[in-house]
Amino acid sequence: MSTIVLLIITGLGLGALYFLVASGLSLIYGLMGVLNFAHGSFLTLGAFAGLEIARRMDGASWITLFASLVVGAVVGAVVAAATEFFLIRRLYNRHIEQVLVTVGLALATVALFDGIWGTDPTYVTGPAWFSETTEILGAKVPNDRFVLIIAAVLVLLGIVLFLKFTRFGLIIRAGVENRSMVTALGIDVRKAFTVVFAIGGAAAGLGGVLASHYFGYVSPQLGGSLLIFAFIVTVIGGLGSLAGAAIASALVAVLQQFANYYLGGTGDLTVVLLLAAVLLIRPTGLLGSKA
Amino acid sequence: MTAPILRVEGLGARIAGQQVVESVTFEVPARGVTALLGRNGVGKTSTLKGILGLIERWGAVEFNGERIDNLATHRIIQSGIGYVPEDREVFASLSVAENMRLAERNGGPNRELVDELFPELLARAGQLAGTLSGGQQQMVSLARALVNDNTLLLIDEPTKGLAPLIVLDVTTALGRAAEAVPILLVEQNLQVVRALADTVVVLESGLVVFTGPANEFLDNEELTTELLGVHLTDVGATGDNA
Repeated sequence: MSTIVLLIITGLGLGALYFLVASGLSLIYGLMGVLNFAHGSFLTLGAFAGLEIARRMDGASWITLFASLVVGAVVGAVVAAATEFFLIRRLYNRHIEQVLVTVGLALATVALFDGIWGTDPTYVTGPAWFSETTEILGAKVPNDRFVLIIAAVLVLLGIVLFLKFTRFGLIIRAGVENRSMVTALGIDVRKAFTVVFAIGGAAAGLGGVLASHYFGYVSPQLGGSLLIFAFIVTVIGGLGSLAGAAIASALVAVLQQFANYYLGGTGDLTVVLLLAAVLLIRPTGLLGSKA
Repeated sequence: MTAPILRVEGLGARIAGQQVVESVTFEVPARGVTALLGRNGVGKTSTLKGILGLIERWGAVEFNGERIDNLATHRIIQSGIGYVPEDREVFASLSVAENMRLAERNGGPNRELVDELFPELLARAGQLAGTLSGGQQQMVSLARALVNDNTLLLIDEPTKGLAPLIVLDVTTALGRAAEAVPILLVEQNLQVVRALADTVVVLESGLVVFTGPANEFLDNEELTTELLGVHLTDVGATGDNA
């Protein structure tokens, strides 16, 4: 029983990380039809920005952690908004060029991070409470998992409230459904594009700082490795569906943990098989309305 | 004689590389309803979309004496043009109230007129637009254009697929709207055209082939049969033509 509880909570912690990346990917694709392969770079940059803050402050304090999270989110948001404004904006409806630019940016930023921070992982320490465990139904759960889960839930709630109660949120929801008609109502939908990129970048930057604590290190490859699973989650959840991304994040990560534990480390393979099954049975994903 | 509100000269348009409007030239007077007619597929909807920049287009479009063919769609709409698209295109996942809120500019100055014309929408403010009937969705689509202080309305097939009673409601609403603002109307139902239009512009193969008073055109059996494939006396109560 304790093993199952541990696998579920650890899986939800990993799922929280997937969600922080996938939420941005899903919103960006839903509104703009852009598959953003550079999204992992926002996460990595957020993680390194958080690391730099931790180096300059007392790395083991809660205040440092909070400052790292804020700075990681802000850096992610600013860089993502700049990416949309300077690179993506000219390429809407030009999908091949979008892929080339975002893949190129992802490769270039990894090289840039290599140059600045080196290719080796840089280890991260958080508050002492992070490395302790809390016992739940006999399972000793690492405390950082709870922070990850709470952060992801808060981000999900924040995005839902933003979409529900703000003018930009209204524009984004309408734009996901029919971008052309939003424009035909006299609304400059490009501003919403930038806002969505910024939100996605902030979530990814926040995820970067949390991922550095989850894995215990930051490396230039951090974002890329999470991006693959975030894409899988986005497709399984349904492209453009935030709720789908949330459900799929939890489902994929928990399944991955169980397969790793009970099926001899076949978590990644199981996730890919799940992706294949969803694509065959329900190509639009769990909650997606369009392919 | 007052200057036209809209002047279109040599407008061509293309969708996915396929030319759908050849070279259209016409004017919309500053008052009344101008009907844009023609058989299916001659480029009526594409002409409206071309004017608004919703599809790739070229040629000159002048609105209120100003060139708008170099503006982005949202700027064209903001300059005072309301658009009611073919097939309504309401946002199905948003409520009626949210659809309206999205459309309102400067607080939606004509809210009272809209409430008066479509009281049903008030009662259904919280309902998702995707769950409304076709007629109710058309009301939302019209209301989104009427709620603002526009100086021209482009309305594309507002009675398409509607029950006869709803067609009457929509025609009445358009008649009320036309008292305040000129309308460029694409409409297949010739009885609606007869009831509303002062002028007609007829397209064939992406070109304008007739411009003139609506009654003169609709009364000319030879001309309507040749250009529309139908004459008003041929159509039934709902007036569906080719």
